[in-house]
Order: sequence, then C-alpha cells, then structure tokens
Amino acid sequence: MIAIVDYRAGNLASVARALEHLGHASEITDQAEKIRTADRVILPGVGAAGATMENLRALGLDSVLRDDIARAGKPLLGICIGIQVFLRHSEENDATCLGIVAGEVKRYPSAVDGRPLKVPQIGWNRVRQVVVHRVFEGVPDNSHFYFVNSYYPVPADSSKTIAVSDYGVPFTAAIAQDNVIATQFHLEKSGTAGLKLLDNFCRLKF
Amino acid sequence: MLAKRIIPCLDVRNGQVTKGIQFLENVDVGDPVAMARYYYEEGADEIVFYDITASNERRGIMLDVVRAVAREIFIPFSVGGGLRTVEDMRAVLLAGAEKVSIDSGAVRNPQIIAEGARAFGSQCIVLSMQVKRREKSEAFPSGCEVIIDGGRTPTGRDALLWSQEGVRLGAGELCINSIDRDGTKAGYDLEVTKLISESVSVPVIASGGAGEPRHLLEAFTDGSADAAIVASIVHYGEHPIPDLKHYLKGHGVEIRDAINLERSAR
Repeated sequence: MIAIVDYRAGNLASVARALEHLGHASEITDQAEKIRTADRVILPGVGAAGATMENLRALGLDSVLRDDIARAGKPLLGICIGIQVFLRHSEENDATCLGIVAGEVKRYPSAVDGRPLKVPQIGWNRVRQVVVHRVFEGVPDNSHFYFVNSYYPVPADSSKTIAVSDYGVPFTAAIAQDNVIATQFHLEKSGTAGLKLLDNFCRLKF
Repeated sequence: MLAKRIIPCLDVRNGQVTKGIQFLENVDVGDPVAMARYYYEEGADEIVFYDITASNERRGIMLDVVRAVAREIFIPFSVGGGLRTVEDMRAVLLAGAEKVSIDSGAVRNPQIIAEGARAFGSQCIVLSMQVKRREKSEAFPSGCEVIIDGGRTPTGRDALLWSQEGVRLGAGELCINSIDRDGTKAGYDLEVTKLISESVSVPVIASGGAGEPRHLLEAFTDGSADAAIVASIVHYGEHPIPDLKHYLKGHGVEIRDAINLERSAR
C-alpha cells in the first residue's frame, strides 16, 4: 500500500488516479500510523511552503515524514511542493522546512539579462538526466515534464541532483538521496513520461 | 526554455462535444472522454473544455465528464463555461480539472478572480476573454473590446486594460479568443495577442482562427503567445497534432516531443 499524505492542500486525487491507472494500490491519509505502516509514501501537491509546513506540523506529520519514513529508509517521493519542503529552508514565506535533504529553496529571478521572466513557470520543460538513476529507467533523456512553480530547490550537495532543467536559470528538477526521491515537476500531469517515472518509483527496491 | 503548448478545445453541450462556428450552427463531433483520450495520445500538451450547456439543471453532467476525463488522461486540463462562484470552481477542481477558465462571470464580478486565486492559487485561474475589433480610441487603446455571454453582450471594456486588471487580481494565465477570427480559419489575431502577451507577466494563450499550421507558427513568433488553442484544425483530421508539432519543430519552435511510452510498451 502506498500512502499519499493528506495535508489539506494540493491536488492529491490526481496522484491517486495516476497510481490507480498504473495498478498500484494507494490511500490518501493524514493518519500517522497508516503513513508509518505504508510500503511507500508520497508527498504531492501544489501550494505554498509556509502553509504546507504549518499543516504538516498541525497534523503531527513533519516528524513522521522525517524520522519514521525518510531516516528509517522507507521509499519516499516528493512532488512539486513536496520536493521543496524536503529541504531545510524556503524563501517562500521564509519557511523552515523538513530538512530531509540539506539545502534551500529559491525564487526565480523576475528578469534575466534585462528581459522579464514570467513567474510562475507554467508548462512543459525539458529535463536532462545528469546521472543514471533507476527512477528514470525507460524515460528518454531530455523528455518534457509539466512544471508549475515559482520556486526551485538548491541542494547543498550537488551530487543529490539527478536531473536538471532551465528556466531563466539552470535549476535542479529532481533529487535522489538513498530512499528519498523528489521531483519539481508533476509526474501525475506529465503524460506517459511522468507515469513511467511514477511506476519506477513504485517498484524501486532500496 | 518552456515548450509552446498546443491545446485542443472541446466545446461540450449536455455532455456532448460540439464545435461552434462563430458560436452558430454547432455540430456534434463526439464524446468528450473519448476525444480527450484521443488528443492525449496524439500528444496534446493540455486540453480545455468549455461547457456551453444552456440550462443550469444539466450542468451536473459536465462534472461527470470531468471526473471521467480525469481518470483517462494524465496531462493538465481546464474547464470553463458558466463558472460564477468560488464554489463552482471548487466543484470542477475537485472533479479533477487542473485549472478553471472564467470569462463572463469574471467581467460581472471581477472579485471572483481574486477569490479563486486566494482559494486555489493563481496557477489554477485562467482568465479567458472573447474580444472583438473596434476602432482604436481612448476607450479601446488595444483596438479590441471584451464581449461576454457567448459573443452577445459588449462590455465597454478594453481587452488590454481588462487583461492587466485580471492579472493584478490574480489570474495565472490569459486566454485571448478573437470573435472576428473564430471559425474563419484565417489565423489568430496576432496584433492583440502580441500586445497583451508583452504587457503582462503571465502566459498568454492565443485562440480563434487556426486553420493552417503556419497560423500556429505565427502565434508563437509574431504573436508572442505561450500556447495556442486549436479546434477545427484538429477536430476534422486535416492537421493531426503530431503533424502540427513536426511542422513547428522544423521551424525552430520549442515543442514537447509527443512520445507515448505506454503505447510503445504495449
């Protein structure tokens, strides 16, 4: 069973529908016990870092995700706001985040070389795989994935970055740290390339 | 760099897809779920549904369509038509749409843009507008007026000023549909699309008039559009999406490769 963490935000059902399509059983839950006993855990969604962290803390799920899942070696996937709250700190709402991965989250510049940059980034961007990682197995390098974000992750240790993209500035699009995988793009909205990555995560053994 | 998006538009009335030619003489072209799945597999980057159901009692049918579509396609899709309140938007988003598209309802009550953006985030709110050419004047600096109620009611609002107000209120994207061009296959209104796209900080979607592949190329280059709505050009099979993408790539436009890993795996 895969637990999709319900923290009162984001579009959780779209991840559940994608998992159903792939034939993986999942449950949307805010219950710490169900999350602890799940085989895998996914933190998806759209939203702001501050509100996401407040909701996770209010539900008592921040320590569950950090200590009982990430540090305990259980497969954990963060999507969009998920990748951002895995880091230590976000410029968005000056939020202190989960700190599962060392690093911080920055806002895109409003202009690059004097030309205005439309923020948020909304649309399909190319994702370049900088290392060979099993989660990308079967996904062609430089495939497009669907992004909706104003902020992007900057891991302190660049070897945690497994894929990059470019929106005015080069940025980390996916991170791997042992049992923790996270993507800035929406796997559940990225067509068959996204579904393949999601399916790979559901089958990964660590 | 972001890919330019090709967005097939499906007008849905009472649960059935139609394509309006300048909002007249709608012809049935199929089942919305089957058509959405078809375009998804063809490599559409997004899909938009406009609910043109006339009677309020039958609007629930659209939510059933949205739920069914959300189980079949795994790219973003938006739903518009008749959305007047935050609760209307919430129902569509909960049914599985990624975004809502608001039009006449936003002109009548601009605060719905701000309320929607607060409740769901700007990225969910597409401000769509039907625009009609007017003599450029102090009242219409863009040379286009916003028309509501399916092209029937002039508002006295200028397209550019309304775009800027919409973005200020929280719209995350703008869709500019030219009534003059809609259904003509004469190409998008590049002038107003470019004017608005270069004056706002959010993506702009060109709509109305695509009949030839070069019209999309013009929208993305001369029109500075971030995305383009297609309807007749794809609905009748004249120019399938893979052909449009091939053409655009050949002309140097950044386009998402229409790979289908599921189909090739089968």
